[in-house]
Amino acid sequence: MSQKPPTYLGGEYGMRSWLLTLDHKRIALLYLLGVTFFFLLGGVFAVLVRLELLTPAGDLFQSETYNKLFTLHGVFMVFFFLIPGIPAVLGNFLLPLMIGAKDLAFPRINLLSWYIYMVGGLFTLYAMLAGGVDTGWTFYTPYSSTYANSHVIAAALGIFVSGFSSILTGVNFIATIHKLRAPGLSWFRLPLFVWAHYATSLIMVLGTPVVAITILLVAVERLFHVGLFDPALGGDPILFQHLFWFYSHPAVYIMILPAMGVISEVIACFSQKRIFGYKFVAFSSLAIAVLGFLVWGHHMFVSGQSLYAGVVFSLLSFLVAIPSAVKVFNWIATLYRGSISFEAPMLYALGFIGLFTIGGLTGLFLATLAVDVHVHDTYFVVAHFHFVMVGGTVMAYLAGLHFWWPKMLGRLYPETLARITAVIIFVGFNLTFLPQFVLGYLGMPRRYHVYPLEFQVLNVLSTAGASILGLGFAMTAVYLPWSLRYGKKATPNPFDARGLEWTTTSPPMAHNFEEVPVVSTEAYERDEPEVVHV
Amino acid sequence: MFQDFSLWPASASSNSGSIDALYLFLIGISVFFSLLIVTALLFFSVRYRRRPGHRAQQIEGSLPLELLWTGVPLVLCLFIFAWGTRLFYRTQTMPEEGMRFHVTGKQWMWKIRHPSGQSEINTLHLPVGQKILLTMISEDVIHSFFVPAFRVKKDVLPGMYSSLWFTPTQVGTYHLFCAEYCGTKHSEMGGQVIVMDPAEYQAWLDGRPSERNPLANGALLFQNLRCDTCHTPGPSARGPELAGRFGRDVTLSDGQTVRFDERYVRESVLEPAKRLSAGFQPLMPSYQGQIGESDILDLSAYLKSLRSSRSPQ
Amino acid sequence: MSSRTEGALAHHFETLEQQAEAGALGMWAFLIQEVMFFGGLFTVYLVYRTLHPAAFVQGSAHLPIDLGTLNTGVLIGSSLTMALAVRGAQLGRGKNAALFILATMLLACVFLGIKGLEYSHKWHDQLVPGLNWNPGPDADAHLNLFYALYFVMTGCHALHMLIGLALMVVVARKAWRGGYSPGNFLGVECLGLYWHFVDLVWIFLFPLLYLLGRHGPHS
Repeated sequence: MSQKPPTYLGGEYGMRSWLLTLDHKRIALLYLLGVTFFFLLGGVFAVLVRLELLTPAGDLFQSETYNKLFTLHGVFMVFFFLIPGIPAVLGNFLLPLMIGAKDLAFPRINLLSWYIYMVGGLFTLYAMLAGGVDTGWTFYTPYSSTYANSHVIAAALGIFVSGFSSILTGVNFIATIHKLRAPGLSWFRLPLFVWAHYATSLIMVLGTPVVAITILLVAVERLFHVGLFDPALGGDPILFQHLFWFYSHPAVYIMILPAMGVISEVIACFSQKRIFGYKFVAFSSLAIAVLGFLVWGHHMFVSGQSLYAGVVFSLLSFLVAIPSAVKVFNWIATLYRGSISFEAPMLYALGFIGLFTIGGLTGLFLATLAVDVHVHDTYFVVAHFHFVMVGGTVMAYLAGLHFWWPKMLGRLYPETLARITAVIIFVGFNLTFLPQFVLGYLGMPRRYHVYPLEFQVLNVLSTAGASILGLGFAMTAVYLPWSLRYGKKATPNPFDARGLEWTTTSPPMAHNFEEVPVVSTEAYERDEPEVVHV
Repeated sequence: MFQDFSLWPASASSNSGSIDALYLFLIGISVFFSLLIVTALLFFSVRYRRRPGHRAQQIEGSLPLELLWTGVPLVLCLFIFAWGTRLFYRTQTMPEEGMRFHVTGKQWMWKIRHPSGQSEINTLHLPVGQKILLTMISEDVIHSFFVPAFRVKKDVLPGMYSSLWFTPTQVGTYHLFCAEYCGTKHSEMGGQVIVMDPAEYQAWLDGRPSERNPLANGALLFQNLRCDTCHTPGPSARGPELAGRFGRDVTLSDGQTVRFDERYVRESVLEPAKRLSAGFQPLMPSYQGQIGESDILDLSAYLKSLRSSRSPQ
Repeated sequence: MSSRTEGALAHHFETLEQQAEAGALGMWAFLIQEVMFFGGLFTVYLVYRTLHPAAFVQGSAHLPIDLGTLNTGVLIGSSLTMALAVRGAQLGRGKNAALFILATMLLACVFLGIKGLEYSHKWHDQLVPGLNWNPGPDADAHLNLFYALYFVMTGCHALHMLIGLALMVVVARKAWRGGYSPGNFLGVECLGLYWHFVDLVWIFLFPLLYLLGRHGPHS
């Protein structure tokens, strides 16, 4: 028996070999560290925000501090956790493995994009330590460009810089998926995770530069006061909103599409089935990416944009709901006649389906012009996007992290504990955010430091839920690292999954495969020969 | 803590009922589909759980099913879209007549001026059953005027008027919020809307210290800013005669026309040369920096009143 | 396969052809994001031009059309030398390619010099919004928007040229030392694509800023 080549974790040790690595798997782990750090930081801010909202009066923090807390929560979570989260960690690690390649197309650019991400993060950390920023993560002008008295430029610079990390990641993924697929791996044999990342990469490349230039203009306006967004000097503050949402709405799909990719993989594995309607699920990702660019105006129904613009954006927003619905129905149909088991990743995936369904359906409320007028900028919106971002993206991130943890690090996590944690997170999440829908329709505006007494009951419920949710995340943060040392060694394919990444060792060797794999089966194809056509 | 606790907001304007109806319909749809999906998910999870001797059965997909679950949501979405858009159109189209209030937002207060000239801050007294029309502008950043009980909200922008209307239908006291984040005391920028019987409202107005009403203030500004030296009747006038002009279309020097309304008045005061009336030279100076937003609104109110008094019947 | 091409093939590609295709595709994807970046700026320009046409006509009329035209010529010339450099690399003439890149760098510096001259005139005329702004009594109330966009757009363009110059130093050195071959000149090719893009941006900027409205009814 020949000597196995060392895994990517072995071979070279030491800081240098990590900080200068060109191996996509090591870079993915570097991202994992960064992303986890910013997630915990954003989580701390969320806890402080929820604590303040226990009581109607502003008794824990000054208003100024509170405003900085929710701003930093949003900035860190959106730009430094949700956007890079799944693509830069799981995507980075898995794309080459899934398509039978030795690495991404541009390993140096991959490392560069991690450094750019960290530099962007450092700028934003500087903004935080220097005194914070209080504009909300949306940076609306003219407040951000003229009136805010906080470290807007440093934070804006951080977001600007980290944007290029996402652009380079997108470019890298596109070239990789086009040119580095293993022999026999045609487009329609690709795992749906790869399709989702392809669609995501398109948005990263097409959308991110627009927010980069927009943020740059805000910085120019703030530094030199040239009037670009200041009506007193002839500028138009609404133009900023158009440019900002032209990226930031598609950015929502940067966050959710890779999550959907993870869910497809997990469901296929734990129901031992091929994904029902593979092509529809694949194309729905592209449909979301394309339609996602045409709906930005739905953030501005009450901003005074013309009635007709509102009508068009409303219609397009309804259309973007359809491909999401198609995915959900196909996942459910995949369960039909499956052989379903309930390991932790599957629990997260099933939770995702339920929560994302609610997140998506409440999106319809916001697309409906007359209803949006009332719920716009209230806690209804807060609840809606947390259902999509936390109930969707974070659930899928945890599903994926657990699913590929044995592959990535070669250890099994404690299964029972992980299942209990998944249930705790699900319960905590619902208790946190369901009451916020009610709060929103009652009329509690978002970003409120103090609020009328009658909203307290629901806020207390929400904070109670947040503490359960926090407990769940804390447990994950303990047992996953614990497993690195004490977990059982993982076999190459502990979940009996399909896909090229499961054909190599756990953890994979430095160049992924001993020899280039040749693909002759469809995605998720199992030994069972009979294929039933319904 | 449980004081005034409720799960449903007060419904106190002519539009709140119809918006609630659509909202309830949406909740119905959402509950139906959530239950459908969750039930299917749970049922399949139990029915097809992994057990010895049971193998998954591979299914390629099904075009009819795909068409079904693309088509049904699409039709439903289009239905909701049509309903929401019709309602939006009805509630957003400004009526011609009604009581016109002026609202000025600034960090962090609402200044409100009643049609008869009384003003108040962070509180809005209204007579029940009357059409209320708000013309709103901000002096600094973007704010948003939000009265949950009326189901109305509109951003209040710097440099541009926005407008809003509603008819209060229930006597009572309701929250007034700023819904667009505007800085440190954003959450304290608000107060109460107090809807009263018309007689009580009148009594409340009468009890306010007498202030210069918008018409009088506008007339005074018209003199003090020397508007009247150029905008006079007669052939030698250097500016157009303004009486009877409000609400009509004006021909500009480049041949286009524009409605002479509050927006145009404001622009002409601040940037007179931008859209010049046909037949006149760009002689008028800009009053940028010399006149506040509420004074500009008063000038508009005065110019509007000139329609009935001086124009030929 | 010669030892040289073996060294040029990164471990994760099977063939040089695959490597070149991936590199070119990546470069095109990158250029698409550049299009979106400048597209955002052009959108802002179009919106403000539509809102305040008089200010933009007045601003255009003040820009030195002779210097702008000269710079357009210089930049088109630099695109030509860059194309020749790519051809040189394609034919395996490394030194020839390096010299043409050097010529491109010279032309780029001429362009930036002229641009600097224009900027200094603007400073002298107090037409730099936010820093040195005093456009005189006859100026349109929104002239600041035109000049703000003028500086941001030409500034972003100049920044791209500076990045291009830095890349040219690296590529020219490698070309001079024979680092490229007819089957492997991806670096020069990508540099060429980038430089033509930078040129193309100027081909849009020049008419938008210097020409449009100059002979319109308002001037």
